[in-house]
Amino acid sequence: MSATAISTDLPLDPRDRGGAAQPLLTVEGLRKHFPIHGGLLGRRRATVHAVDDVSFFVRKGETLGIVGESGCGKSTTARLLMRLIEPDAGNVVFDGETVGSRTGIDVTAMRRQMQMVFQDSYTSLNPRMTIGESIAYAPRIHGLAAAAATARANLLLEQVGLNPGQFARRYPHELSGGQRQRVNIARALALDPRLVILDEAVSALDKSVEAQVLNLLSDLKQRLHLTYLFISHDLNVVEFISDRVLVMYLGQVVETGPVETIYARPRHPYTRALFASKPTLDPDRRTLEPPLAGDPPNPIDPPSGCRFRTRCAFAVPACAETVPLLAPPQPGPSGRAPASPDDPLHLVACHRAVAQAGGEGLDA
Amino acid sequence: MPDTAMTDAPPLAAAPASAAVPALSVQDLTVQLFRRDAPIAAVNGVSFSLARGETLTILGESGSGKSVTLKTMMGLLPARARIGGTVRLNGRSLLDLPAAELARLRGRRISMVFQEPMSALDPVYTIGAQIAEAIVRHEGIGRAQAMARAQALLERVRIPSAARRLRNYPHEMSGGMRQRAMIALALACSPDVLLADEPTTALDVTVQIQILLLLRQLQEEMGMAMVFVTHDMGVAAEISDRVAVMYAGRFVETGSARQVIRTPGHPYTAGLLASTVHGGQRGGVLEAIQGAPPDLAALPAGCAFAPRCRFAEPDCTTTAPPTVARDGGGMVRCPRAAVPA
Ligand SMILES: Nc1ncnc2c1ncn2[C@@H]1O[C@H](COP(=O)(O)OP(=O)(O)OP(=O)(O)O)[C@@H](O)[C@H]1O
Ligand SMILES: Nc1ncnc2c1ncn2[C@@H]1O[C@H](COP(=O)(O)OP(=O)(O)O)[C@@H](O)[C@H]1O
Ligand code: SF4
Ligand code: SF4
Ligand SMILES: [Mg+2]
Ligand SMILES: [Mg+2]
Repeated sequence: MSATAISTDLPLDPRDRGGAAQPLLTVEGLRKHFPIHGGLLGRRRATVHAVDDVSFFVRKGETLGIVGESGCGKSTTARLLMRLIEPDAGNVVFDGETVGSRTGIDVTAMRRQMQMVFQDSYTSLNPRMTIGESIAYAPRIHGLAAAAATARANLLLEQVGLNPGQFARRYPHELSGGQRQRVNIARALALDPRLVILDEAVSALDKSVEAQVLNLLSDLKQRLHLTYLFISHDLNVVEFISDRVLVMYLGQVVETGPVETIYARPRHPYTRALFASKPTLDPDRRTLEPPLAGDPPNPIDPPSGCRFRTRCAFAVPACAETVPLLAPPQPGPSGRAPASPDDPLHLVACHRAVAQAGGEGLDA
Repeated sequence: MPDTAMTDAPPLAAAPASAAVPALSVQDLTVQLFRRDAPIAAVNGVSFSLARGETLTILGESGSGKSVTLKTMMGLLPARARIGGTVRLNGRSLLDLPAAELARLRGRRISMVFQEPMSALDPVYTIGAQIAEAIVRHEGIGRAQAMARAQALLERVRIPSAARRLRNYPHEMSGGMRQRAMIALALACSPDVLLADEPTTALDVTVQIQILLLLRQLQEEMGMAMVFVTHDMGVAAEISDRVAVMYAGRFVETGSARQVIRTPGHPYTAGLLASTVHGGQRGGVLEAIQGAPPDLAALPAGCAFAPRCRFAEPDCTTTAPPTVARDGGGMVRCPRAAVPA
């Protein structure tokens, strides 16, 4: 599937505003810093730079994967998009309408079209409600009559592969982890959203069950014309499900592009090290050297300039001084094909990977 | 595997195992636990034997009995647990050892690394104090000397600025650093056997590979036997000599890492491999195993995998499947296994 063909064959959703070419979600300069208070007077002692100037877009009908190590800001980004927390700065535009602005779309209306599934299948469900009631809850609140809401819940259960007769009256603790995650997906679909944010939605599942849920997600996406934002630390799963990927490090986007490009020709030194750290699945080609040393640094007081420079083998003095901005990567060294042939979507934030006058390239 | 050496008088626990005596040998281990009052068949006849310097990975999904197997060897099960079979460390039987004797061996000849180091480390003592305390307790040397050993251990597991880190409390360290400290604690008295229960599952990939390579190297240098538990096929490929696939408390397949991963014989292993997402499968449909693992409180008769198995025949649900041997000492517990030479 070529990246540009994704959205063109979608039937027009009556809620659609700007047509297939307009991204469903555009995020500009999103920022969230968490103050850490302490000491006798509870004064601000430090700041966690959880999300710092993050920009990206999600096209209608595609899956954008977000990868990165623990604490890099993936979940904070998701919670900002859902407005579960307020951003310090930045704009979120949903199908052309700025979220929360007077002229745009309000948060409640946005949440009907954007839903989220979390990693922990158990704590996201009310233990005292049957799963049928849990799924019917949101439609009820939004004015659907009891009988219609129950019918809707049963339909949704069927769509996620659970027999309503067998499951609707059960309580969450009477289900397996995989079944509970199906219920959470059904619940997220109850209001017929256009965008579903999946935050480590399969990470807690066993491999054999994870595969079932991944198949279900692909199937639902096609049938219901959904758009996904898929967050995971599992690089293989992200490659499997995504059309484009966003790689984050310490609260920032370091590289983004179509999944084939990023996985075959990553340009940012962090992306490369991340992929090289993946276990090989081949006992005869075991990893011999760890690609990176040390842990990700603390998002409290991140390094100046490029945040990756403390672990980067290619760092030069300039890396400590200027923040690298997302830009198209430079072509490969002469005699080789360009790194990303006609791929305007591939962007990388690294002084040594972007096209620059007189600069020393990574591959040079 | 029958082991004739087992009947000999047990050598002193501290004696370096001779080539004939496995560092660790487990025969027909069964463990029954209780949830409220219902019995749970957590381990249902596990046997293996491990030489010094060898790594066996137990690969299985959650609830398959991996942790219970390891905890049995460490004597860490709840008092109500019902245990059958034998576990021998350097030929010496562990399961009938008085608690005080076992406590002397634990941490000295056999020790364990856990998935979540926070639960194994004591939050109120510094890392240095905890490692030194273990050395003092087992070896009776002076505190200052033990502290020097602790620092050398932190250096050995490549914790930067080891001298300063000795004075850190566990919560002052990052996840990867804590796991290194946990490994240093486990290795403090150069055990013969190291049990590692998903030690990298909670870590980021870039840190996970560092810890795997560190364990591989330390194990080689110290000649330890290691039992490594994981649910991740890729991790198993990185760390193991041999792999045992566990399902519902049984080993359903054993063999070299290469055999099990390249040419799985058991339908469950094959299904697990097919449902493990790896590179280059983008956009396809995964071959998932249907259903979920059985309830250990109500295990089916015969093959526990039968309700999910595509190849199941009527006899699978009535009789325990026989094991089929494969080259190099491995086996597959399924009569219909496609056992490659
Ligand atoms: N409410 C909060 N107060 C203070 N710090 C926070 C808060 N929420 C998140 N953080 C910090 O912000 C950073 C980003 O957190 P976030 O949960 O977004 O990470 P993540 O990428 O989702 O990680 P993981 O892979 O572990 O889920 C972390 O350092 C986290 O500790
Ligand atoms: N202390 C306990 N009491 C009762 N049941 C237990 C206890 N510990 C583990 N179990 C049960 O034993 C089975 C095997 O558990 P475990 O060995 O922890 O699995 P894993 O393979 O995930 O490590 C599970 O069904 C688990 O719920
Ligand atoms: S900007 Fe410098 S430090 Fe950052 S990734 Fe590029 S080379 Fe490394
Ligand atoms: S014994 Fe029967 S049910 Fe079990 S794995 Fe083999 S074929 Fe399948
Ligand atoms: Mg998260
Ligand atoms: Mg476990």
